[in-house]
Amino acid sequence: MPYLPEAKISELEALARQLRLDSLAMIHRRQAGHPGGCLSAAEILVALYFHKLRVDPARPLWPERDRFILSKGHASALLYAALARRGFFPVEDLECWGELNCHLQGHPDRLKTAGVDMTTGLLGHGVAIGSGLALAARMGGMDYRVYVLLGDGECQAGVVWEGAMTAAKYRLCNLVAIVDENDVQLDGLVHEIMPLAPLADKWRALGWATLEVNGHNLRQVVEALDTAEEIHDRPTVVLARTTKGKGVSFMENQARWHGSAPSTEQYQRAVDELQREPHG
Amino acid sequence: MSSNESPMAKMSMREGFGRALLEYGGHNSKVVVLDVDTSSSTMSKYFADRYPARFFNVGIAEPCMVDVAVGMALGGWIPFAHSFAALIGLRALEQVRTCVCYARTNVKLVAGYAGLSDYKDGPTHHAVTDVANMRALPGMTVIVPGDAQEAGRWVPVVAEYDGPVYIRLSRAATLPVPNESMPLRIGEALALRSGGDVALLAHGAMVGRCLLAADRLAGDGVQARVLELHTVKPLDGQAVLAAAEETGAMVTAEEHSVVGGLGSAVAECLCGRTGATLERVGIPDTFARTAMDADQLLDAYGLSVEDICAAALRAMRREKQISLKEG
Repeated sequence: MPYLPEAKISELEALARQLRLDSLAMIHRRQAGHPGGCLSAAEILVALYFHKLRVDPARPLWPERDRFILSKGHASALLYAALARRGFFPVEDLECWGELNCHLQGHPDRLKTAGVDMTTGLLGHGVAIGSGLALAARMGGMDYRVYVLLGDGECQAGVVWEGAMTAAKYRLCNLVAIVDENDVQLDGLVHEIMPLAPLADKWRALGWATLEVNGHNLRQVVEALDTAEEIHDRPTVVLARTTKGKGVSFMENQARWHGSAPSTEQYQRAVDELQREPHG
Repeated sequence: MSSNESPMAKMSMREGFGRALLEYGGHNSKVVVLDVDTSSSTMSKYFADRYPARFFNVGIAEPCMVDVAVGMALGGWIPFAHSFAALIGLRALEQVRTCVCYARTNVKLVAGYAGLSDYKDGPTHHAVTDVANMRALPGMTVIVPGDAQEAGRWVPVVAEYDGPVYIRLSRAATLPVPNESMPLRIGEALALRSGGDVALLAHGAMVGRCLLAADRLAGDGVQARVLELHTVKPLDGQAVLAAAEETGAMVTAEEHSVVGGLGSAVAECLCGRTGATLERVGIPDTFARTAMDADQLLDAYGLSVEDICAAALRAMRREKQISLKEG
C-alpha cells in the first residue's frame, strides 16, 4: 500500500478543518443540526471523500462508484460539506441546507442530493443496507466497495448486529464499517447509558476483522481504510476513537452539543478556535 | 364450508406464488429472493433450491432482511423479501417506511400467512392490521390476490413494476376466483360479476366468499355486482365510484380489521362524492383466537357468506330509507 507523503496528509488535515468550519457555519445559520457528531467525524469523511472513495462528481450515479452510507445521518451537515468540497454541487448550496425547497434536506436524501447513495436519518440501518449493496456488487461481478459510517451509540440498536451477522455470513470483504467512537450520545455518555465495551470483541466475535485507530489522526484513518482492502475473507470494521465536538473546546465531550446549534457569540469562538488550532 | 368435497382451490396461495416465482426467476435473472428462516413456509424454498446463488436466508431478523433487500435494490437487483405478514408488516415497519418507501427502493415485500390464515397459531401470528399500516405509507403499492392462480400471476407484474410493493398472501387455499382470463394491472379493479342492486367489493380470501354471497342474493332476487379490488393502494377510485353511482349500495369485505383496511379505503374514496350507502364486513377491532381451520375462524369473526349477504341487505335498506327521505 502506498505511503502517503506528509504534504498530502497536511492537505487532508486542512480539508478536515474546512469541513468543520463548513458544518458549524451551516448549523449556526440554520440554528439546527448536530455539531458534536459532525466535528468528531471530519477526518473520517475527508479520508473517504478525498482519498479512498472511487467517485466521480460529474457522474454521481456511475454504476461502478464506491458507495458510502452515512448511517449516522444526523451528521448530514458534514456529509453535505464533503460532497460540496468534492465537487458534487456548488459550495454556495450549503447555505440553503434545510430550507423547504433546498436539495439539502435535514437528513440525507438519496433522491434529492447528488452524491448521497442512501437516505438515512433514523439510526441502525447502514450495516444491513451496506451488506445488501455489497452482495449486489458481488452478484454483479462488480468491484465497487461499500463504506458505512455509524456512531457508537448507534451500535446499541439490535439491527446493527443483525446486519453485522449477515455481512459475516457472506464474508463481505467489500464492506467496511467505520464506527465514530466518541462515547457521547444524546442523553449522555455511551458507556453509562448502555455500555458497549468490549466493542472490538463484539465485532470480532461475529466474524469481522477489526482495526482500531485514532479517528483524528488522518494517517491512521487512511492507512486503516487501505489495510481493509487487503482483507479478502471477511468484512472489516474500523473503530475510530474520536472526541465528540472535536476542535471546539466548549463542545468537546459534551452531550448537550449532540443536537443543538451555537449562538452567534459561541459560533465566533468556535471559528476562532478552529482557525487557531494547528493541524493534526 | 361443511360439504364433503372441498370447494377450495386446489392450491394454497403461498404455493401458487412460490411456484410462479420459481418459474419467473428463470426468465428474469435480476430477481433475488430473501427469507427469514421461513422459506419452507412462504414457499420461497422452490426458488432457493433452483437458484441458490440468488437466495439469501438472513435468519430470524426481519428488519435486517428488509434493509439487506434495500441494499440489493440500490445495486440494481429486484429483491423479493419474504416473511410472515405479522413480522414484515409490523416488526420491520420502520425499515419499510424509511428505507423502502421514503428512499423509494425497488423492494418487493411478500407477506405470507396474512389475515387469520395461520388459524392454528393464533393472534401472535395473525396479521389483521398490515394493510392499514402499509397503505398509510406514501409510495407503497398494496396488493391482495384472491387465490393461488392469481397470486402467481402477480409475480411478473410486481417484478416489472419499478417501486415498492407489499403483496399479501394467505397461508391457506381460498375459494377459487375465476379471473384467469383477466389481465392483472396494478390499480385496476376486476369486475367479476355484474349487478345493479348492490356492489360487493373485496380482496383476498373474501373475493370467493363474495361470489358465493352474490349467488345466494340472486336466489332472493337481488342482483349483486362483485368487484375485486386486488390493489388497495392505489385504489381504483373510478371503479369504486362507478359502482356507487350505479348501485347506490356498497359492501366491502376483507380478511382484515375494520380499522384502516379496504373498507376504510373505500370509505375515503366515497366520502363527499356520493350518496351511496356503505357497509363494511371485516374483523372487529379485537384480537381473534385460534381455531381448527381458517374458514371456521373467518366465520367466527364476522366474515361468513351470511354476514356478507346481511350487510348487502342492510346497505340496500338504508339506501331505500335515504331515498324515501330525500324523495
